[in-house]
Amino acid sequence: MTKIDTSRPESVLPTPSHTVGPFYGHALPFRGGEDIAPLGHPDTVTLHGYVTDGAGDPLPDALIELWGADPDGNLPTADGSMRRDPASGGFLGRNGVEFTGWGRIQTDANGHWYARTLRPGARGRSAPYISVCVFARGLLVHLYTRIYLPGDDAVLTADPLLSGLEDGRRDTLIAVAEAAGTYRFDIRLQGEGETVFLEFQ
Amino acid sequence: MTLTQHDIDQEIAAERAAYEKRLADGGPVEHQPRRDYAPYRSSVLRHPKQPPVTIDVSKDPELVELASPAFGERDITEIDNDLTRQHDGEPIGERITVSGRLLDRDGRPVRGQLVEIWQANSAGRYAHQREQHDAPLDPNFTGVGRTLTDDEGRYHFTTVQPGPYPWRQHLNAWRPAHIHFSLFGTAFTQRLVTQMYFPSDPLFPYDPIIQSVTDDAARQRLVATYDHGLSVPEFSMGYHWDIVLDGPNATWIEEGR
Repeated sequence: MTKIDTSRPESVLPTPSHTVGPFYGHALPFRGGEDIAPLGHPDTVTLHGYVTDGAGDPLPDALIELWGADPDGNLPTADGSMRRDPASGGFLGRNGVEFTGWGRIQTDANGHWYARTLRPGARGRSAPYISVCVFARGLLVHLYTRIYLPGDDAVLTADPLLSGLEDGRRDTLIAVAEAAGTYRFDIRLQGEGETVFLEFQ
Repeated sequence: MTLTQHDIDQEIAAERAAYEKRLADGGPVEHQPRRDYAPYRSSVLRHPKQPPVTIDVSKDPELVELASPAFGERDITEIDNDLTRQHDGEPIGERITVSGRLLDRDGRPVRGQLVEIWQANSAGRYAHQREQHDAPLDPNFTGVGRTLTDDEGRYHFTTVQPGPYPWRQHLNAWRPAHIHFSLFGTAFTQRLVTQMYFPSDPLFPYDPIIQSVTDDAARQRLVATYDHGLSVPEFSMGYHWDIVLDGPNATWIEEGR
């Protein structure tokens, strides 16, 4: 029965998850999905990496969503990530000024993704991080992880999540600095170097 | 050796028996599929082997994951929720209206949030270049829709009944007709991507994707209800499908859970 009786709390049970499948490419990705940072913003960082499976092979059909705070640690409330053109129905891209904090990126044929966003500020007890949600064919329930940026070891050491992890696993959540403002973050779904994934309760 | 439907049927039965045993041994009702559900072969190399690390959201109300991205009128167009009006002509197929409410685990409506759908056309073909099924494309149907929920959490789409389609996982593998849904809640923890099915589809027992939800009641929650009140006279058949987002949100903290 799929009419939920909200007067009976015991009947309000979750709708199960399903895989995003292989054929979302004409539906979910949108122009500017990876360009989250307002144009020319000085706190822009580039994040990129590969998504790989248990055989070490890249996933050409993974979908990643990023969600993060602005550089002051405030959570964005602006809409407009996927602005539309009412004339053609197409995507206009972002307006280049507002920061929505959210982006969506499909891996390319090599299993690679990138995004440009703003360096997040700290909130609450955590070191600054960007929340990541991973979808793919074969993944029956999406996976959450986090991207922490390297630099301030004291802050990372004090983070409630990172401090509870063994060194090898902890490192899977910390991006690797490359060129100035560019960070590498690979997502390994299974096997050696498997990324730490999260559940929320 | 070609993988047959019989092979998959046996694996599905074994997974059901294993779930029943877990229940009999006092295990919890499993509302979600297991990520390592092997009858769906694509899962085999794509699920983590390590258990997820649990984050207790009640310990920190400032978690990024307790808020959700926002969407608004700029992100949709007027005809996004009518998949039959997005081209010059009418798509082929049986017109349907699909409507329901988006709720959280407390039964509260999720208001003003983005609902995205995508589907095959009435012949069972996606408008996606990598699709290999040789059923006809429909020049008047893309199969993509978006809407924002209203103040009661309601969404509404007009589309055509999608066809079932073969998918080559095993010999004679067919997916039951379905519409993909992507949903946001008030917290990023509530993110959901799933599929809505139609009542009494004869393909249900053979499909390892719907069967990955091994709990009978949970699986039923993926199946829309025919609703004559939603059928539009001289126009479309109506289906009702309420969606309940899993995962904690900020109200859990306010109530001290």
